Amino acid sequence: MTVIEKLQQALGDEAVRTSPEDLSVYAFDGTAILFQLPTCVVLPESVDQVATILTIANDMATAVVTRGSGTGLAGGSVPSPGCIVLCLVKLNRVLEVDTANLTMTVEPGVLTQKIADTATAAGLFYPPDPGSIKISTIGGNVANNSGGLRGLKYGVTRDYVMALEVVLADGRVLQTGTKCVKDVAGFSLRDLFIGSEGTLGVMTKITLKLIPPPETKATMLGLFDQMTDAARTISAIIEARIIPCTLEFLDRTTVACVEEFAHIGLPTDVEALTLMEVDGHPAQVAEAADQIEKIALEHGAREVRRASSEEEATRLASARRTAFSALARRAPTVILEDITVPRSELAKMVAAVERIAKEHDLEVGTFGHMGDGNLHPTFLTDERDKVEMQRVEVAMKEMFQTAIDLGGTITGEHGVGLAKKPFLRGALGDVPLDVMKSLKGVFDPKGILNPGKIFD
Amino acid sequence: MTQPTQAASPEQENLLKGLDYSIVQQCMHCGMCLPTCPTYAETLEERSSPRGRIALMRGVADGRLEVSEDFAKEMYFCLGCLACQTACPAGVDYANLFEHARAEIERTGVLATPRRTRIRSIALRWLFPSRRRLHTLGWMLRLYQWTGLQWLVRASRVLYLLPRWLRELEPLTPKVSRRFTAAEHGRRLASQPTLPRHRVALLSGCVQDLAFADVNADTIDVLQVNGCEVLLPADQQCCGSLHGHNGELELARELARVNIDAFDPASLDAIIVNAGGCGSHMTHYDRLLADDEQYAQRAKIWSEKVRDIHEFLVEIGMRTPTSVLDMGGAVTYHESCHLRHGQGVSQAPRKILASIQGLELVELPEADWCCGSAGIYNITQPEMSMQLLDRKMGHVEGTGATIVATGNPGCAVQLQHGLRRKNIHGTVVHPVTLLAQAYRAEEPETDQNEEK
Repeated sequence: MTVIEKLQQALGDEAVRTSPEDLSVYAFDGTAILFQLPTCVVLPESVDQVATILTIANDMATAVVTRGSGTGLAGGSVPSPGCIVLCLVKLNRVLEVDTANLTMTVEPGVLTQKIADTATAAGLFYPPDPGSIKISTIGGNVANNSGGLRGLKYGVTRDYVMALEVVLADGRVLQTGTKCVKDVAGFSLRDLFIGSEGTLGVMTKITLKLIPPPETKATMLGLFDQMTDAARTISAIIEARIIPCTLEFLDRTTVACVEEFAHIGLPTDVEALTLMEVDGHPAQVAEAADQIEKIALEHGAREVRRASSEEEATRLASARRTAFSALARRAPTVILEDITVPRSELAKMVAAVERIAKEHDLEVGTFGHMGDGNLHPTFLTDERDKVEMQRVEVAMKEMFQTAIDLGGTITGEHGVGLAKKPFLRGALGDVPLDVMKSLKGVFDPKGILNPGKIFD
Repeated sequence: MTQPTQAASPEQENLLKGLDYSIVQQCMHCGMCLPTCPTYAETLEERSSPRGRIALMRGVADGRLEVSEDFAKEMYFCLGCLACQTACPAGVDYANLFEHARAEIERTGVLATPRRTRIRSIALRWLFPSRRRLHTLGWMLRLYQWTGLQWLVRASRVLYLLPRWLRELEPLTPKVSRRFTAAEHGRRLASQPTLPRHRVALLSGCVQDLAFADVNADTIDVLQVNGCEVLLPADQQCCGSLHGHNGELELARELARVNIDAFDPASLDAIIVNAGGCGSHMTHYDRLLADDEQYAQRAKIWSEKVRDIHEFLVEIGMRTPTSVLDMGGAVTYHESCHLRHGQGVSQAPRKILASIQGLELVELPEADWCCGSAGIYNITQPEMSMQLLDRKMGHVEGTGATIVATGNPGCAVQLQHGLRRKNIHGTVVHPVTLLAQAYRAEEPETDQNEEK
């Protein structure tokens, strides 16, 4: 019996999608260019079904690529050749909001936005807000340890995961972590699964930490005539020991694209725009906002504008989240990078991105979470232009090397997947990579889980 | 009668392949459209999402996928509500892609069955392109409804003798107006402003003309109150949106040409539409006729002059009515997809409603979510259509409003059906009708339409 027949026998014929149409729409994620048809697609509706699918796949040594909404930006959920796509969007129940312990337990297919909204409805706050929050699933967020616009003050997804239920490659179900604030009973397997990109197990239940929401916030826009001035401002804010919740930045090209889509009156005649937000106690917020304004003006800001209302602040943050997609207005193919450097090195990195793009005659739109040192230089290109694509490749390598030389990393929040795989050994060195591979062998001896991602 | 589906000849280019590739390539599959897609929200199947459908279309354009029955069914499962277009930061021209995909399906005839071909021939080729035939149908329906025959038919369950698809259609038959638009316009010629500030022409529409001629009459009234001379070109025909959205691009082009000739756009300040579905299509005459040497230039002028009535009234700074209306209940506003997503008109209707004193306006949750009407979708996909209608009516009930205002006849018919289906006591009106009532309430003694 083939793997398809076995799955059909276990789940029913209808549950296993094999038509060319169904295979085509699960052949990609949010990453440019990458495309690979799977063998079949399954959308389980219970943990038992997930375990059944994995048991069959393991028996038949067939690859399984787990995905949610497919918004990944490093090809982590692009099918491996011959694989089963395990799409978890139908495992989408909020199981519990525990207001006594300030936790929420959900299935992996719940949308991040729904988690944020559910927390808000309970008078609580779930801070991680990746750009794709409206459609990304929490399972994907945990598997990639997603960041977002509030990382600077509130951290990333890892900081909010308390417990996981995971189906292992052989179909066994593992629980790791508890609702306890302190828990040192054995290795923290939970932390191993976070950011493992579907290579170690399939998460089926996630318990998240929630916090009380900030009382108030102030949102500001900094207008700069030079990119490096914006970068210096960010570094200076951190150096002044102010920790805003958001310190975002967009360059001229990105601002133009976002404004074209969102029509919210962003200034399009600037070289860089910073979105700066502080939250907390009203008195602290007011003081920090004044300080930030002063620092920005001292470091060459042409002007600092304050959002007049909560709605305007939300509009600005929402617009910022569309930056990557909006850049697609400029070119048929957009290739997004995710380099991150220590915040003191921001100005150097920003200057290097500009220089490298110019040297290779490439159009690059840059935006990112400057407060985290996390930049998203985005190549605006056309995949059909092979010559230009080669130049993109070279420029990308140079940017990675610069980031590493400055003490940074090749990916801050998108993950390694397929897109960054060739550069991982160079970034980490041999020993960490060898240990990772050994661990992978323990969890997934037959190598069925998302094979070929992160490393070969 | 010509056949709606010509057999695909090999020398003819696949219509999706023929599209500018940059349109196909524009989607960078970020997924931002997914949460706004009603069919994705109901099914959670990627193929039933905008990103999935675009991937299928690209597959056909690239020659990787056939124009299969599965492909065709998916393209007809799409509502064409264009919510994805509003959500798309990358600016994908989904309407264009979608129309070409459906046209390609009809060109290859992959869904053709004798019955489907017959129905399409009658509706798209015979009935809708002819104002005379539409009016004849209107008269017949009027007789059916006014003689009490409709009551008898509904009460006697004689409908069960009809085939299922026809039986399920009956409850959706709108009530036919007592006068058609031309007669309403004729009665108002004396009220044209002597020194008009704007010279505009009204599209009377097909469903609007048969079932909602009073909305057209109200539209003429509010325009006249605001200093517009309102023309009603006699030779106008159906706008062709039904054809454009259902794979009959050539027919849509023919109708566009007829209307451009009938309206003479260069002589007008604006071409006014009060039906969201028609307006959305009419703004695209320029794209539709871009390759037509004789008409391209005038189509461009046409597209620039098309204005939804709400948008136009706000643009010209409409006069705020001085009366206080008591509607006996709150009003909520449902956004027609092709008004909101097709034309980007969202605030203007709300501004008009808010300008009416005494009117309590309650915001409808998911106001911009499709009600399931979607042109003829409620006929072709009754199951999903009713699922969406139930979702909509749930929200309507939650507002406690007794009046649902909406700017498209298709939505109006669907929502009226929804109210009956859910036993909700309420009415569906066009925002312009409320505005007209408010103007009339200012000077009731001079109102020439008191009988209404």
